[in-house]
Amino acid sequence: MAERRGNWDKAEDDLPVYLARPGTADQVPRQKYGGLFCSVEGAFESKTIDFDALSVGQRGSRTPRTAGRETGQEAQSPVSDNKISPEGNVSPRVGIRTSGGKEVLPRDRSDRLLVKGGRIVNDDQSFHGDIYMEDGIIKQIGDNLIVPGGVKTVEANGKMVIPGGIDIHTHFQMPYRGTTTVDDFAQGSKAALAGGTTMIVDHVIPDPGCSLMEAYDQWRQWADEKTCCDYSLHVDITHWNDSVKQEVDTLIKEKGVNSFQVYMAYKDYYQMSNSELYDVFTFLAERGGIAEVHAENGEIIAEEQARMLQMGITGPEGHVLSRPEELEAEAVFRAITIASQTNCPLYVTRVMSKSAADIISQARKKGNVVFGEPITASLGTDGTHYWSKNWAKAASFVTSPPLSPDPTTPDYLNTLLSSGDLSVTGSAHCTFSVAQKAIGKDDFTQIPEGLNGVEERMSLVWDKAVTSGKMDENMFVAVTSTNAAKILNLYPRKGRIAVGSDADLVIWDTDCIRTITAKTHNSAAEYNVFEGMELRGAPQVVICQGKIVLEDGNMHIIAGVGRFIPCSPFPDFAYKRIKARKQLAVLRAVPRGMYDGPVSEFSMSRGGTPSASARTSPTKQPVRNLHQSGFSLAGNPALCGEPIIFVYETS
Amino acid sequence: IQGSLLRSGPELLSDRLLIKGGKIVNDDQSFCADIYMEDGVIKQIGESLIVPGGVKTIDAHGRMLMPGGIDTHTRFQMPDRGMVSADDFYQGTKAALGGGTTMIIDHVVPEPGVSLITAFEQWREWADSKCCCDYSLHVDITEWHKGIQEDMEALVKDHGVNSFLVYLAYKDVFQLTDAQVYEVFSVIRDLGAIAQVHAENGDIVAEEQQKILEQGITGPEGHVLSRPEEVEAEAVNRSVTVANQTNCPLYITKVMSKSAADVIAQARKKGTVVYGEPIAASLGTDGSHYWSKNWAKAAAYVTSPPLSPDPTTPDYLNSLLSCGDLQVTGSAHCPFNTAQRAVGKDDFSLIPEGVNGTEERMSIIWDKCVVTGKMDENQFVGVTSTNAAKIFNLYPRKGRIAVGSDADLVLWDPDVTKIISAKTHHSTVEYNIFEGTEVRGGPLVVISQGKIVLEEGNIHATEGSGRFVARKPFPDYVYKRIKARSRLAELRGVPRGLYDGPVCEVSVTPKTMTPSSSAKTSPAKQPNQPVRNLHQSGFSLSGAQVDDNIPRRSTQRIVAPPGGRANITNLG
Repeated sequence: MAERRGNWDKAEDDLPVYLARPGTADQVPRQKYGGLFCSVEGAFESKTIDFDALSVGQRGSRTPRTAGRETGQEAQSPVSDNKISPEGNVSPRVGIRTSGGKEVLPRDRSDRLLVKGGRIVNDDQSFHGDIYMEDGIIKQIGDNLIVPGGVKTVEANGKMVIPGGIDIHTHFQMPYRGTTTVDDFAQGSKAALAGGTTMIVDHVIPDPGCSLMEAYDQWRQWADEKTCCDYSLHVDITHWNDSVKQEVDTLIKEKGVNSFQVYMAYKDYYQMSNSELYDVFTFLAERGGIAEVHAENGEIIAEEQARMLQMGITGPEGHVLSRPEELEAEAVFRAITIASQTNCPLYVTRVMSKSAADIISQARKKGNVVFGEPITASLGTDGTHYWSKNWAKAASFVTSPPLSPDPTTPDYLNTLLSSGDLSVTGSAHCTFSVAQKAIGKDDFTQIPEGLNGVEERMSLVWDKAVTSGKMDENMFVAVTSTNAAKILNLYPRKGRIAVGSDADLVIWDTDCIRTITAKTHNSAAEYNVFEGMELRGAPQVVICQGKIVLEDGNMHIIAGVGRFIPCSPFPDFAYKRIKARKQLAVLRAVPRGMYDGPVSEFSMSRGGTPSASARTSPTKQPVRNLHQSGFSLAGNPALCGEPIIFVYETS
Repeated sequence: IQGSLLRSGPELLSDRLLIKGGKIVNDDQSFCADIYMEDGVIKQIGESLIVPGGVKTIDAHGRMLMPGGIDTHTRFQMPDRGMVSADDFYQGTKAALGGGTTMIIDHVVPEPGVSLITAFEQWREWADSKCCCDYSLHVDITEWHKGIQEDMEALVKDHGVNSFLVYLAYKDVFQLTDAQVYEVFSVIRDLGAIAQVHAENGDIVAEEQQKILEQGITGPEGHVLSRPEEVEAEAVNRSVTVANQTNCPLYITKVMSKSAADVIAQARKKGTVVYGEPIAASLGTDGSHYWSKNWAKAAAYVTSPPLSPDPTTPDYLNSLLSCGDLQVTGSAHCPFNTAQRAVGKDDFSLIPEGVNGTEERMSIIWDKCVVTGKMDENQFVGVTSTNAAKIFNLYPRKGRIAVGSDADLVLWDPDVTKIISAKTHHSTVEYNIFEGTEVRGGPLVVISQGKIVLEEGNIHATEGSGRFVARKPFPDYVYKRIKARSRLAELRGVPRGLYDGPVCEVSVTPKTMTPSSSAKTSPAKQPNQPVRNLHQSGFSLSGAQVDDNIPRRSTQRIVAPPGGRANITNLG
């Protein structure tokens, strides 16, 4: 890393002055010095007419094609990559080449890249322009860019160039009862890149009772070693007490985490009580974090699961039967209520059902700051497969909340995604092998939960929403990338093609048709939940950190190049409204004279079973218990009934 | 008024009564006929009835004669922290009769730790000695364990109770968890009773109360600020969800806000068996009074869920009541006098909760709904009496004027106007939340158990004359649909061959289980204790297995899935 950095620095020193200038956001980068017709020093050096550049495809026909790259080269260094690139591999549609010309420098130029002739698609508009990037950053956008010689050029030939996708929800390399998911950060991020996703946001899941910070460090270590694309992290809050609070504070302030997930499901394990949710949301609202929820009513699920098992239903269909979509909708409703009370922005992960999506869209209409994340699976397939006779296949669909057995759900969710009621898409990619799923072969509650989707996400949204005319290409960019970047406060570094943004780009082929199958996918799982689905639209070239990582179906990835991207608190996208409301929401008491009439005597003996007080949140000070606070009023303490016992759970 | 009542016959047989020339209004139709009743039961209806001589006769002069009102929700003589609500069963039922209500259903609130039967018998004793009209009892479930379940069975089978209330609010006192509510509802469904819910999210309320107190807001306005209507709607939504899961009929007591009413209306559209009960207060006034400068007045409005500060709420609720989205009306009559309220003079969370309304209920609905044209007289009878009788399985004994029904009747004067005031009401409290409201429509004559208890503004109530009306389980109005659904809702597993592929090894480290969680498990599921803990139940797999001899790696990628690779292409 350090070496390459050194390289870049040298390259920068050699740059013409106009390129060293920090980029501006306008799209007229053509530099004009001294007026329209003045001779510009050095102008012709970098604008040599390059006939090769005008004859796209000819080089390919002239040069015998190499026999394609073996997959073994994926992990090769960029240097060897660069040696290979001039030897052809030019697709008939998109050409990639290093410009010939006399000014070719011996220096490694792989970190300079020019995308020519593309139609740049952002979430707000599309326009034609070339993109020049260097050191992993977009330096210029416009027509007839003045770029240094020897720059590798990608001919987009009018195809769409979109910001790389951001998969806001993955679970790579997630530990599960002594095993881990089959896709580790290398495998997972490779699959992501193959699908046009250039950034992933993974979930850190500390075991209940364990330190958030340790878990975060662990995840950072795993990801830094292996990830092939930039990544960021959500941290899941699986228990709540003062030390966790402290850690959350540190994570926000020092570690670049601004989103925290809480669970309303997984009773007796991850699940939090309403009071804890209230505390967590209040705290996050103060510190500028985003509250994410896994929304399902865990208590009722536990009851329903017991009922199913009692009835003798042990297969994967029991999973969906014990988690009806109402329970998802109920929890979403509750989470929204608490978020609204605490004035905290809410993010609902994995919107899987119509009812849950409806609740979110209703809440948005009422003005709540809430974002919904449907995942690839809920947008692309449904829960009828849980009844498959093939146990392994049925089990591969197991995730929570489950896919809805209603086959009209995907279409409905795509519609809401297109109308803006749902904001972002993730994949919740969390794959287990059949052997791992078989842990629950006799009891569906033991089946590890999770399915694939990181690779299929972009194509699937394109096929279901854009091809069908529900949304346009700009909205597509918004839901696959821009909105996620805004929520994570990474915008405009990510999620936009603009000067100064990261060079994470995808040249999107709108006509390419692929059939999804487990045989060809990049995940390590044996089953693909989208098996056999024909999807129109696929990435043709993927550029990540300014380097081409996918071209012609060949991937050039290096494990470990992915950088951690810190997210700062108070993202404008969510917090502008929250802040304004906070200012408004000042409550005032009514000034009254003292009441000096008679006061009845009363006892405080009512209520307070010991078990109930154990459920009070441990963050509370004893004095804050409302039912106790009135003792001073009672005057005579002898009247008090049984003392209320406080039981604190210490971690 | 003077001309309308005619007494005939020298000797008055007080238990025989003839009402002539009235327009009988039931919930389905109105027609003109005479009514003859004897021994508290309607014996004949029709024209030119043949009645024994010397019968006391009332000439209705074409006025409306309706079934007496049923107040589905009262809390007379309710103990609260050593105090007792100001109106006992005598005062309360007298007020009810004064307003045209001839039957009340009171709530038994057992202290946690006290058996339901004991509390029920205590309430029976209080009511039997004091009630002036027929009554019945709901029983509140304030905690949940095995004994409670047995008590519920006994109450349904032997004591004529068919409705139980659970609290989603009052954290650490009455509140039950979702899992407990699920179990209570399952038991209720099996018993054929109605699940009632006090719907407010107690956890959030507790947090908000503390926040508000910390901000220095201690007056009654803190009560409504700490209980925003969203919190009510959330709890209604949650209880609807649980009721759907358990296929249990649901009855939401005290619908106080637009949002809560909307949730009920939506749930009904989706087919849930749910009933909503707005109360006299939510139909007649709003929560702006919590900001009154007069502490005692502001405190008089304190009830939970609170009155909505949105002044358009009463009109909205009246509209939903008229269109059938809400079905029954109660009063939640539970007033405290000012000295009792003053317990919370420095802390709103200590103010005893409850408002008046049993006397005003009928008149307010007539004024707000019938006079404004939202509903007709038949619907009025439906929401004030018939629907309640149907839901609680009292129909047609109560809630209808028909031969064989109880002689609980009201002769209604649609034109009388009255200004509600604490000076003239029959309750004992100093404040009336409807103070100064002018209502049109009121009872002229009230007949309870075949006896005239109100005429010319005078109440002739006999303390202790009220009978306990036992209610049977499985009311048709509610359970016909529930029964049909439970027949349909059979779930079946998919018959599959045994999975015989490799199984990944799992670490035996148990998931961290807080000890408190096991304490939270419920009594209802005792027999299958081992199955209940879902995270533990699978551990049997990690024991000795048939394929133990095969060495395994911790993470195993299976190259050939069960059934062979080729299987993948054949996926449906």
